[in-house]
Amino acid sequence: MIQTFPRGGIHPPEDKFSAGSPIKVLPLPKTVNIPLSQHIGAPSEPLVKKGDKVKTGQWIAKCKSFVSANVHSSVTGTVTKVDKLMDSSGYKRMAISISTEEDQWEEGIDTSDTLNRNIVATADEIIQKTLDAGIVGLGGATFPSHIKLSVPKGKTADVLIINGAECEPCLTSDHRLMLEKGEELMVGIQLIMKKLNVKKALIGIEKNKPDAINHLSSLAKGFGGTEVRPLKVKYPQGGEKQLIKALINREVPSGGLPVDVGTVVHNVGTAYAIYEAVQKNKPLIERVVTVTGKDLQTPSNFMVRIGTPVSELIEAAGGLPEDTGKIINGGPMMGKALINTDIPVTKGTSGILLIPSAEAKRKPVVNCIRCTKCISVCPMGLEPYLLQQASEYKKWDIVEEERALDCMECGSCSYICPSGRPLLDYIRLGKSTVSKIIRSRKQ
Amino acid sequence: MSDIVIYSVITVSAMGTAAAIILFMVAKKFNVVEDPRIDLVEEELPAANCGGCGLPGCRAFAEALVRADDISNLKCPVSSSEAMSKIAVILGKEISSQDPLVAVVRCAGSPEYRTKTNVYDGTPSCTISSTLYTGEAGCPHGCLGLGECVEVCKFDAIYMNPETGLPEVIDENCTACNACVIACPRNIIELRKKNKKDRKIYVSCINEEKGGVARKSCKVACIGCGKCVKVCPYEAITLENNLAYIDPFKCKLCRKCAPECPTNAILEINFPVRKQKAEAGAK
Repeated sequence: MIQTFPRGGIHPPEDKFSAGSPIKVLPLPKTVNIPLSQHIGAPSEPLVKKGDKVKTGQWIAKCKSFVSANVHSSVTGTVTKVDKLMDSSGYKRMAISISTEEDQWEEGIDTSDTLNRNIVATADEIIQKTLDAGIVGLGGATFPSHIKLSVPKGKTADVLIINGAECEPCLTSDHRLMLEKGEELMVGIQLIMKKLNVKKALIGIEKNKPDAINHLSSLAKGFGGTEVRPLKVKYPQGGEKQLIKALINREVPSGGLPVDVGTVVHNVGTAYAIYEAVQKNKPLIERVVTVTGKDLQTPSNFMVRIGTPVSELIEAAGGLPEDTGKIINGGPMMGKALINTDIPVTKGTSGILLIPSAEAKRKPVVNCIRCTKCISVCPMGLEPYLLQQASEYKKWDIVEEERALDCMECGSCSYICPSGRPLLDYIRLGKSTVSKIIRSRKQ
Repeated sequence: MSDIVIYSVITVSAMGTAAAIILFMVAKKFNVVEDPRIDLVEEELPAANCGGCGLPGCRAFAEALVRADDISNLKCPVSSSEAMSKIAVILGKEISSQDPLVAVVRCAGSPEYRTKTNVYDGTPSCTISSTLYTGEAGCPHGCLGLGECVEVCKFDAIYMNPETGLPEVIDENCTACNACVIACPRNIIELRKKNKKDRKIYVSCINEEKGGVARKSCKVACIGCGKCVKVCPYEAITLENNLAYIDPFKCKLCRKCAPECPTNAILEINFPVRKQKAEAGAK
């Protein structure tokens, strides 16, 4: 049976050009710039200074508060500066620059490729290692994973959901990871299940990846409690709340968390990172990044060290096509345009997308014709046209009443709008203003 | 036939009388006594309903004026001091005189000094653009040039200069209502004291980055060298977070600071041409 979420959703062209290209290890770049805020929450505090020698996997920045994540050096070399640098946020933020030498791994890290199925770590060790390794949600939201692994008191989870939907068009990094690192991934899932003390794990994969579904289904037989569930191809199938609704038919309440309905959702990439952290002692210093685009010579998937400049990835995939209009960090739906190619790959970079200039432009904005298409596609059941207008005219009370904070910024409304209206832009503005107002009210 | 006319006249007039009596009694019962001075005060106010006083419109401001015991804290940025003294007479209250203010745009980063490195094609709103990234020229503090300040101005006192891509204030029209100051997401616009002949001298930059970094973003950025602070005879200039600031209330418009600035970040406007400069130009 194919499962899906009931409300809204769109069907953009899939354009998964790089689905067939295996993960290649990108050669080490000359320098890496490792930002200190690659996650949601407080930036981490640097532990190294200019001139220090660092080894691959060395701990170079520690998390200061609960909602934060550790950062590790992704290369061996010398720290050249600790300064503000442009990153994918569009602003200059603190980053550690390291000039690269030959790899020399920090002691205690198992760099071999052999599979380690033997789980010896206790629940507490699993969470401690996840925290130490600086693991964040690799689906793109970059929420620190150790928080999601600790179920708050008074609440229980009975099922773990693993997100392998990869509903964003163009991206194939999770797809390749499921095919090539399937066994490691399954061990990672076992680790999360052990920590959360759940007996059942569901892996949701969209129907357009039959090879991944078959591969993981056959592997799942060897691991107790895991089950692969094919999902309908519909955006945003991989949204946390949509996935929960589709797989176990529970609705996360407005303003609530998945754990309120007894479940926890992790991305496949995160599960793999947890496997590496616990079984191999390896911190999160590399990730799979899709480099794709219509005009790109060889759309590819790379295993990239964190901090590698985007230009290196594009070069490795055949160079920048002449007629490139925009370079997007992430997928075409939720990604953000980059302003130069020196910006480093971070923990949340799932893909680099090159869009030809003819397609990069926005539609001209005309008046709203009240066609209600935005309402019918909104997976959260909101009224985007209303939120946009209220936000444009600064009616923050209406924005709040109409539950703007439930918006997950999937962009379906802006995609479908025949008038090319900037719906999501204003809703995002309304969201940030309303959350500021709510915060000031609490004080 | 005549019966119908008579009956209807009687019925209607009876109903009318009854309704009049009810209305009269209701009006008596629910009578609202309003201070007549509110109307008088409101007449003196500019009726622009700009909200510059912090209250919703001129009527609300008039009510606040009548209600308050001490009106020195209530200020209408638009009214002239004459109008305010008239209001003080009506209310029989003391009023403190205030210096007239004018809005000043503290960014001089035209494309000449600040090269554009990318093109923004998103929603033409400064607030949205500012949440997304540093802007087309890469200065994280500078003007984004999308004209949100122009949109909010109710007095046609600010316009975008198409050559520089920066907003410019028409001093005559500006009432210092504060709307543009609030609208600017980067806090570039400031209300400064209005001087004779609209003379102004101010640091036209709010970049708090270190000197070298600021200079890379923009050729006319304040690099925080502190030369102007040393030369100022009135201690009107302060240096904080790599940025100089001229206090408009301490500044005596002596113009000693402007030629000291190595990046020409201090602007002097509506002053007569400097003699030495003119000579140097002639040579």
